[in-house]
Amino acid sequence: MSDLDIIGLSAAEAAGEIAAGALSAGELFEAYRARAAEHVAEAGLNCFTWVADDAPAEPAPGDDAAGGASRGGTLHGVPLAVKDLFCTVGVPSQSGSKILEGYLPPYTATAVSRLTGAGASLLGKTNQDEFAMGSSNENSAYGPVLNPWNRERVPGGSSGGSAAAVAAGLAPWALGTDTGGSIRQPAALCGIVGLKPTYGAVSRYGMIAFASSLDQAGPLTRDVTDAALMLRHLVGHDERDATSLAFPEEIGPPSAERLEGIRLGVPKELTGDSTGGDGEGIEEGVLDSFRAALSRAEELGATIVESVQLPHALHALSAYYVLAPAEASSNLARFDGVRYGLRAEGAKDLLDMYTRTRHDGFGAEVKRRIMLGTYALSSGYYDAYYGRAQRVRTKIAEDFRAAFEQVDLIVTPTAPTVAFKLGEKTADPLAMYLNDFCTVPMSLAGIPAISIPCGLSEGLPVGLQLAGPAFSENRLLDAAYALERALDFDGSQARV
Amino acid sequence: MTAPAQAAGQDGGATPAGKAAGPDQLAYEPVIGLEIHVQLKTLTKMFCGCELSFGDPPNTHTCPVCLGLPGSLPVANARAVHFGLMIGMALDSELAPRSIFHRKNYFYPDLPKGYQISQYDEPLCLGGMLGEVRIHRVHLEEDAAKLIHVGASGRIQDSDQSIVDFNRGGTPLAEIVTEPDLRSAEQAGEWLRLLRTTLRQLGVSDVNMEEGSLRCDANISLRPAGSSELGTKTELKNMNSFRFIERGIRAEIARQEKLLQAGERVIQETLHFDPSSGAITTLRSKEEAHDYRYFPEPDLVPVAIEQAMLGAAHAAMVELPAKRAERFEKEVGLTAESAAQLAFRGELGDFFEAALLAGVDVAAQTLANWVTVELAGRLEDDPVNALVTPQALAELAGLVASKQVSVGAGRQVLDRLMAEGGDPVEIVEAEGLAALDGEGDELAAIVAAALEANADAAERVRGGNAKAIGPIVGYVMRETKGRADGGEVTRLVNEQLGI
Repeated sequence: MSDLDIIGLSAAEAAGEIAAGALSAGELFEAYRARAAEHVAEAGLNCFTWVADDAPAEPAPGDDAAGGASRGGTLHGVPLAVKDLFCTVGVPSQSGSKILEGYLPPYTATAVSRLTGAGASLLGKTNQDEFAMGSSNENSAYGPVLNPWNRERVPGGSSGGSAAAVAAGLAPWALGTDTGGSIRQPAALCGIVGLKPTYGAVSRYGMIAFASSLDQAGPLTRDVTDAALMLRHLVGHDERDATSLAFPEEIGPPSAERLEGIRLGVPKELTGDSTGGDGEGIEEGVLDSFRAALSRAEELGATIVESVQLPHALHALSAYYVLAPAEASSNLARFDGVRYGLRAEGAKDLLDMYTRTRHDGFGAEVKRRIMLGTYALSSGYYDAYYGRAQRVRTKIAEDFRAAFEQVDLIVTPTAPTVAFKLGEKTADPLAMYLNDFCTVPMSLAGIPAISIPCGLSEGLPVGLQLAGPAFSENRLLDAAYALERALDFDGSQARV
Repeated sequence: MTAPAQAAGQDGGATPAGKAAGPDQLAYEPVIGLEIHVQLKTLTKMFCGCELSFGDPPNTHTCPVCLGLPGSLPVANARAVHFGLMIGMALDSELAPRSIFHRKNYFYPDLPKGYQISQYDEPLCLGGMLGEVRIHRVHLEEDAAKLIHVGASGRIQDSDQSIVDFNRGGTPLAEIVTEPDLRSAEQAGEWLRLLRTTLRQLGVSDVNMEEGSLRCDANISLRPAGSSELGTKTELKNMNSFRFIERGIRAEIARQEKLLQAGERVIQETLHFDPSSGAITTLRSKEEAHDYRYFPEPDLVPVAIEQAMLGAAHAAMVELPAKRAERFEKEVGLTAESAAQLAFRGELGDFFEAALLAGVDVAAQTLANWVTVELAGRLEDDPVNALVTPQALAELAGLVASKQVSVGAGRQVLDRLMAEGGDPVEIVEAEGLAALDGEGDELAAIVAAALEANADAAERVRGGNAKAIGPIVGYVMRETKGRADGGEVTRLVNEQLGI
């Protein structure tokens, strides 16, 4: 099989070829390793911060014990790109931050070990916004990632390296995390599939935390079938994560061809041309592509319900930018220079060491959010900010519950824009935050949502988001699969 | 009752000793509340699987969770919750059906996450009472690591180096907060001893102040005697022995009283008591107080108390000292002193109750005396480690009570039982320790010999001096190895002397 043929395979297809003996795991790994190595550490698209030197050793025939950890299992050694913030034993895990430069964890995150345990091979660690704070991957201490569709554009964030690597064919698939849209939005901007599972479905153990009550790991893949395959191996209760839950059913391969009987709710709050009346709206090209996809859904038998409402969704972004920074301000307190990571030299006392270390180690956006969060939690302000934001969060979850009485799934554009230019929004944090306008409500409600590519606008991919009730992943994947087939989006043109 | 301030508080208006009470010199009443931290005796730490340890080499009981490594997550220790519920039950607290953990945020090198996981406005236990002191709340949290400062004063400011031992970090703590119901240093010390006995009896902690498994802070304020308003309080931190606690509180009461009588104000601050110099120094003022930015810990789910957990805690409860003493006195009929002795040393109470159940016909008070006087006097530590069983002690007490064995011989039997165990009846037989029968010839012959050997004494007894019988009885006891009954010997002496 030629390298070009190999790169053309989806993860599920590649696993199938290996199982059938048509392809060796070593061949597959090396094909990707060589490509990924051209896009590491500010080279090429700068998707990777670390790439494996060698393919993992071949297990001896019949060696079942080694098989699970390296090449056996149902994933048969398919290479896996992993977002930098997942701890991987002995491999740099820096969460896009200078404060963790060169940090080698002594243990591996549960999500990663579940996949490698099923036979996946760690290909590399992908670039990201620092501590997952960003929507363009421009907040990485290791340089911005370029969008393979157009190198003057951002790939989205914070899982920008994962999304760009998959779109560019540098990895068959990637693991990312989503706090307010960090899987779905870069998937949309790079023309691939990204799924944020139900909060608690995937263990957070070993994920360097941004906002604990929102962070959730999930797949970034070329197609819906791969997303289902990865999710199948990711879900499950982990005794090391008290907030993780047993998934009530097995994640099966999606197979629906029609959407007969499916009611798709189109909430006007997230699909209008103005987001909250401040002039920032959903781009026309994005809306056109979205509307066209809805027509295809109708042709497949779905009922479009325009009357569904999410009245508090307009306040989601405000609540999110209180809650997430509040948790982050606490989660990032451990980076103090005492035990690991950066320690500023020449400090005159303890406080000076803390101050200098954190001054030198954190980037501007991270500092901004630490300050926002610290303020929101301070004595005298807690109720007005954190308390109130929690109440909004509850209202949003109630909105979704009410909506799912009326419809099966909610459908919106994933991001209000296509990939924007590098540097376009860096001077205006609020404009940047607005890119998560359509994805944040689902994060606050803890419900699953998937982004699939639904077309092009200005030659750049547009994402369509489907969201369902907690633990409705199978239904979500089925609907996404049927739509994916009908839309027949061709992402191969982004491959490098 | 020696400290001046103490006298003012205790006697409610009495003038401090040696001071003249001028018209503007008010008498003050101390108001004291305690905050007690108790390390729970679980197998593992509060939020990870590391074993608890004391005195092991530094940093040998650590993992990504208790080191606060990136990506690690806490999981609450069910056993610690169980112990927390037992404490709540012992203190008559209301057990919250749902409680949550909060993060208490502050930077310090002994706090690897930059926050302590604790409980805030929804603690495990609310309210309660122990003795005459109301309990405000009981909550669970994790202990900090241990800092060692090398060089200079041993404090962080001017040390050459500070090193951290994370073995202690993450040890489960129960924090018990009282209402300000204490009125003197002595009362605080006494109450703390009652709390310690109660916790020890529950088996939830080693409650050892020297090893730090019991730590106490005191909130102290003064108010004019008779007033019901509270004065400005200070917090006296981390006193690590009962003696220091009482001394520290006394010193702080005296300090505040001096301030108030000089017309100055007490400033709200956190203080440190130095037991070697007796000095009280400021740790931090109110202005320097941390804003801990408490918020609900998102990495943990609420602690929902299910019926099964309550059942398990209830089943693990033991009777507590105060209640047990009351029962011993009222239901078993012991003297108040015996009842308290047995109840406040739980292991003696357990031994006594087991002996009582042995089915031997002997009065409860007699048995209690055997336990509190004879047994306790011979014990170095725990009766669990002694070889004498409650059954054997009860049988022995029965033998003595029915005069089959003399008191003196009974003590010898107990010595043997404690050293070797066994059956008292068999020991009595094997050693020939049975009481000598006054009707038989053997004892009469020995008494006759005793009178002959102590002719002078015999003469004085005959002359009406009953006290002179001592040497004669002593002779008989020596000859009989204590087997003779004292009363029986006296009767025979009198009989043989014709009195």
